[in-house]
Amino acid sequence: MQTPLLEIKDLVTVFNTARGRIKAVDGVSLQVHSGETLGIVGESGCGKTMLALSIMRLVPGDGRIANGEIIFSGQNLLTLSEEDMRARRGSEISMIFQEPMTSLNPVLRIGEQIAEAIRLHRNLPAKKALELSVDLLREVGIPDPQKRVRDYPHNLSGGMRQRVMIAMAMSCHPKLLLADEPTTALDVTIQAQILDLISSLKQKNNMAVIFITHDLGVIAQNAQKVAVMYAGKIVESAPVEALFAKPLHPYTEGLLESIPAVCAASGRKGEYLKTIPGTVPGLYDLTAGCRFQDRCPYAFADCQSKEPALAEIETGHFVSCWKYDGKNSLRE
Amino acid sequence: MMSGTLVEISQLSKQYTLSGGFFSAQKRIIHAVNHIDLQIFKGETLGVVGESGCGKSTLARLMTRLEKPTGGSINFKGENIFSYSGEALKSYRRGVQIIFQDTYSSLNPRKTAFSMIQEPLTIHRLGIRSEREERALDIMERVGLKKEQAHRYPHEFSGGQRQRIGIARALVLNPELIIADEPVSSLDVSIQAQILNLIKDLKRDFNLTYLFISHDLNVIRYISDRVAVMYLGKIVELSSNENIYNRPLHPYTRMLLDAVPSCDPRERGRGIKMKGEVGFAEGQGCSFQPRCPYRAEICKHEPPLKQIDEQSFCACHMAGTI
Repeated sequence: MQTPLLEIKDLVTVFNTARGRIKAVDGVSLQVHSGETLGIVGESGCGKTMLALSIMRLVPGDGRIANGEIIFSGQNLLTLSEEDMRARRGSEISMIFQEPMTSLNPVLRIGEQIAEAIRLHRNLPAKKALELSVDLLREVGIPDPQKRVRDYPHNLSGGMRQRVMIAMAMSCHPKLLLADEPTTALDVTIQAQILDLISSLKQKNNMAVIFITHDLGVIAQNAQKVAVMYAGKIVESAPVEALFAKPLHPYTEGLLESIPAVCAASGRKGEYLKTIPGTVPGLYDLTAGCRFQDRCPYAFADCQSKEPALAEIETGHFVSCWKYDGKNSLRE
Repeated sequence: MMSGTLVEISQLSKQYTLSGGFFSAQKRIIHAVNHIDLQIFKGETLGVVGESGCGKSTLARLMTRLEKPTGGSINFKGENIFSYSGEALKSYRRGVQIIFQDTYSSLNPRKTAFSMIQEPLTIHRLGIRSEREERALDIMERVGLKKEQAHRYPHEFSGGQRQRIGIARALVLNPELIIADEPVSSLDVSIQAQILNLIKDLKRDFNLTYLFISHDLNVIRYISDRVAVMYLGKIVELSSNENIYNRPLHPYTRMLLDAVPSCDPRERGRGIKMKGEVGFAEGQGCSFQPRCPYRAEICKHEPPLKQIDEQSFCACHMAGTI
């Protein structure tokens, strides 16, 4: 097996807040290979965006990476100087965000914004960089790119802005693309176009993609591997077919069953949706044991005292749950 | 369950005029809602689905009389709501309530849950104070909020709970029709399921009729009895839930359904991909023709919404042949 492009080991990102120290990312380990899409799925507040920002070493405010290793192309990003890290950001590792309007500079023409990244990382003269940005706009499917480079972000639709963001992210042929909810703000027909674009660029450049979303459908259609996050931890990870065919963690199971489409497809139309009771726990008041215990339909004796570790139950299929430890449920 | 027409919308239009900017005399007219005919039957959930800018929220604003139409009428139980004023308008607003998408901006941050839920009763001068309080607490419990939470402020609730406050506030006046404008769009999927189940329950317990607006085809499929698909201010297809999802007639409906990512990884790469974006309707004829793969000469003439069978209406010349 080839060595992974990115390997994260036991990453912990903490925030010091007025109410105490919280772990937004709590002991996450994962691997991504070139040409592979890893989907990270979870509800709001589960730490998926903080994980991506940690990889970029862009943890905001009072946050810092307290533990772990992020090995990218054989090098631990956490030991690099800020200058070396900056040289990699945008060139070897790129990121696209949910709301392109807030990530684009409203007072600069889009051509200049793309050209800036090219000039900084590839040391090309301004004129050449601008020419390249026209090519990039063409590559991401923007019609009439010669004219469009002179547009401002507000001249473009949401879908077109996201294409500009992708053009910018692709400008230095990154090895790894972090896509944080890139289609969440878009209409479904435009989402389909953007997903197609990301997947064709991935194939063309043999790029690795970490795709963060709350939409399990998007994961099912685009990822090869999936990691499910809950309250800062990965609770299940598996190849995409295995996860959807046989979710092992009670949280994943509940998440899948709360989707109206899955409900309809399984012939339960007209019945109630299954729900996960309660809400995601605040990171301030985590109790001992499993973080999902309060909402879990199974719940075992060990859940209250010991936190389950991520264990390989089937080949490539990891889950952290005491259910697979041969114990009896408290609730059955 | 269904008996008679509650709302009759005919030839409803709303135009907005955009000025071309400070230095430009050119004006552009946007037909947000463009000659819509629609009926809402008592006791049904009518789903309205479409992409952003298709006019679905304008329809909600017209229904609640937050906007005046530029043409056409909405009849509620046989009376044109735009003729109402004074007491009659107040009574209409008691009978028709709205639930919004954004629970942050639709709740007053300086009022407690309880005072917001009981406020409509005060405004409409219903009952005496103790009755109002009792009613508000009853409704709170009915939507799944605890009595202890009554005196908390919106920021102390999670997104799902805030939407429960929004629902309670709509419900407290015992309305006949609730207009739900993207009520679950900003919620996480597990919370979304809780709220959808609640909305379904309340319909049965309170004999409600819903106009349920969403961009999410999965949600619409789950909640609706009938579905209207909107595109650029027009209804392009209207049919039973069953027909829309299993036998869509309009090319736009088909492509919309194909664009929804399936939760089954084995279904990759199926369906027709829709090109282009929602534009302004320009020129003559069918407004979907720039994106339509079945476009033909006849599409230069605007297709009317015509009845195809007992339940289905479709605005496409090619309906039934593609």
